[in-house]
Order: sequence, then C-alpha cells, then structure tokens
Amino acid sequence: MINFGYTLPSDRQIVYDKNNRETATFLRSKEPTFNSCIQCGTCTATCSAACFTDFNFRKLLLLVNRGETFEIIQELQKCMLCGKCLLVCPRNVNTRNILLNLRLYYAF
Amino acid sequence: MRVQGKQNIWKEYQKEIADDKYFYVRSCVRQNFFPGSEVTFLRILREVLGKNIFEHPCHTTCTGIGYHGDIVPFDTLMTIVARQFSLMTESGFENFVPSCITSFGIYTEVLDTWEHFPEAEEKVRNYLKKATGREFKIPGNLAHASDIIYKFRKEIAAKSKFKLINRNTGMPLKVVEHIGCHYAKMFPDKGVGGAEYPYVLTGMVEEWGGEVIDYPERRHCCGFGFRQYLVQANRGYSLACSYKKFESMAPYKPDIIITNCPGCPMFLDRWQYVINEMEGKKYGENGQGIPVFTYEEVAGLVLGYNPWDIGLQMHQISCEPVLDKIGIPYDIESKYKV
Repeated sequence: MINFGYTLPSDRQIVYDKNNRETATFLRSKEPTFNSCIQCGTCTATCSAACFTDFNFRKLLLLVNRGETFEIIQELQKCMLCGKCLLVCPRNVNTRNILLNLRLYYAF
Repeated sequence: MRVQGKQNIWKEYQKEIADDKYFYVRSCVRQNFFPGSEVTFLRILREVLGKNIFEHPCHTTCTGIGYHGDIVPFDTLMTIVARQFSLMTESGFENFVPSCITSFGIYTEVLDTWEHFPEAEEKVRNYLKKATGREFKIPGNLAHASDIIYKFRKEIAAKSKFKLINRNTGMPLKVVEHIGCHYAKMFPDKGVGGAEYPYVLTGMVEEWGGEVIDYPERRHCCGFGFRQYLVQANRGYSLACSYKKFESMAPYKPDIIITNCPGCPMFLDRWQYVINEMEGKKYGENGQGIPVFTYEEVAGLVLGYNPWDIGLQMHQISCEPVLDKIGIPYDIESKYKV
C-alpha cells in the first residue's frame, strides 16, 4: 500500500443498536441499584485492586452500559471483593453484588 | 391568505437573495481544485440569465483558511474583509456574492460581529483607512453563489437540454447533496432552509429532475476541517469523516454527489481513491467511485455545456458513467486536450 503519511482511524462511535446490551439488562434485573450509578468514580478512587492492577470499576460499569463487553471478562478477575467501593458509594450502588452477578453471568 | 402549518415554519428558513448586480469574489482554493466551476457560474449568469456580475482584479483571499487554521488573527481577517467590501463599494455594487462557503461563513461572521459590536466595525474602519486609505459600505445583500443558482433554478430548468434522469431506466438519478458546514451550521438563518433542512442544493436537484437521497450521515462534515487537514499526520481524521459518510450513503447506491463548497468536492472526490488504496473499497457501480460534482458543473451539464469546458476532466473519479446515464455526448479523445 502507498504510504500516505497518515492512516484511517477506526470509528469510535458507540452504536447502541448494534451493541449487545444483554449484560446490562441482566444486571438491572438482578441488582436494580445498577441504575443509580452516576459515574462519579469514587469506587475507583478507593479500590484496593486498583493499587496493584489497572482495574477500574467505573469503567467496567460504563462498558456494560454501552454493551462493549469484550473487555469485561479479564477485568472481572482483578477485583478482590474487599467491598470498600460499597462503603464509599454516594448512590448506595451495591457494587459487590454487581460484580458477583457479572461473574455469575460469565460463569466463573 | 393566512399562511400556516409547514408553510409558516418554512418562511423562517428563507433568505433574501438579490436579483441582479452582483459583486463576485472567487475562492482561493477552488481555482486549483476545480477551476471550471467558477467560469461556468459566470458563464451561466451572464449568458443564460443575463445578469450583471462583476469581479474586481484586486480582490484577495478572505484568509478563511489561515483564520480557521489559527494563523490569522480576527482583527486582521476583519480588515481584509473590509478591504473586499471597499472594492465592492468603489465598483458601485452592493450585492456581495462569494464563491466559497468558508468565505461566505467569514463574511457572515464579520457582519454579525459588527452588528453586535459596532465598536469593532469602527476599529476596523480605522485600520483600513490607515493602511490603505479606503472606505467601505456594508453590503446590502450577502448571498452565496449557490443561493443565486438556487434562486434561478427554474429559469435554468426551463432552458435545460438534459434532465438528471437515467435515460436507460427513465428513473431520476439518485443524488447525494452535501452542503458545506459554513453555509448554515454557524448562522442558520443565513442559509436557505437553515442548518437542519438546507434546501439550496435539494431545490436545484429536484427542479432538474433528480431525486435526493436522505441517508443517516447526510449532515456530517466531509472532513476538510482545516486544522485536521493542514497537518499531514492529522489527515486521517479528515479521511475518517469522509469514510463515515461513504459507508452511510453506500447502501442507497447514489449515482452522483453534488456539493456547494470548495473543500467538499475535493475531499469526497480524492478520498475515494485513498480509501480504495487503504481499505480496498469502492462505492460506485461497476467497481468505480461515485462521481462528485459542484452545483455549477451540474447546472452546466443540465444546460448542455461540453463536459470538458466545465472542467470535469479535473476530477479523480471519472464522470463518464454519469454522462452516459444522462445521455450527454462527449468526445473522450479531447478530454485532456488544452
């Protein structure tokens, strides 16, 4: 191919019609507080696992909501279930139950 | 008569376009990209419509590319715009017609600034007087060149020799109309149809027999965007915008793309080649691209002008398939003859 000095970047638009949002629907039925998240990131700021890995609970919920679930399985393994995020959440989102249900959904 | 419903709403999306006596300012980049377009515009206005249109040999760029590329400051731009207005004033005209969409946006922006901040106008009048000794009057009417063709689309249709109809099937050609962003996205009330329903090109296409395609990314930018194009490494962003548009319009199988901006036909035309090199994709029929024309070129074709006189040989994507569909005769031997 000719070297043009630039490339064609892939589209970063999130197409909700195409994305599979079954995980989000499942979570909503199992843990209704999932709807209360305002993406403030307090969970991520206090996360024990984040001290040792790049685990980001806020990002995890964002990906689930968008239906971009291809990265989720690796992320789920990083959580230590310490529950600190549960204590600090200003919206009383049951973060630990969300994570346990996600693990259940992906069966490990 | 009481005007109501859609008619009432549509009234808000109309603009005043002068009838005659135009002061024409050319685009700086357009004469390199598709030089036949402006010549065709002047030819149509003078020979077909019998209008008085004048262009001054001393007019310069509006500096829009430098301004949007963050190189030219706004005060400089306003002073240069004021100089263009002074050329118009001393030539005895008051209807200002820019050929370029970005220039149209620039002139609109400057006039709007002066309306809201009269002190800025005073300052610029001073700058111009000190620098050149010139004075100017505010144009009585500002219309883009495509507005003029839109205004006289019915007269052009009446004198047309060809329609935008596929002569083999008898069906209207499927046309993608692409409006330059600076036409009405910045100042919606300054364009025919506003930002959401720009009708300037659709009106022409419908009047000349074609059928406009409404596709999801119809109002997406072509990707010119100045800053994202000026630096070579950033051109991928520009390319990605055009790619998104082509992917969106491809299922509707358009026969032709028509534009009213200097940058849009250039990029929609040339990027089809680059996308083919990078992705191996072609969006037109029979393994070819979708021909991209300016509105002047389409008007010239409809009026029966020789395709090579209006500069169709300057396009990356071959125009012959469309000419064959409409039934316009052409001599392939003389395509690149000077």
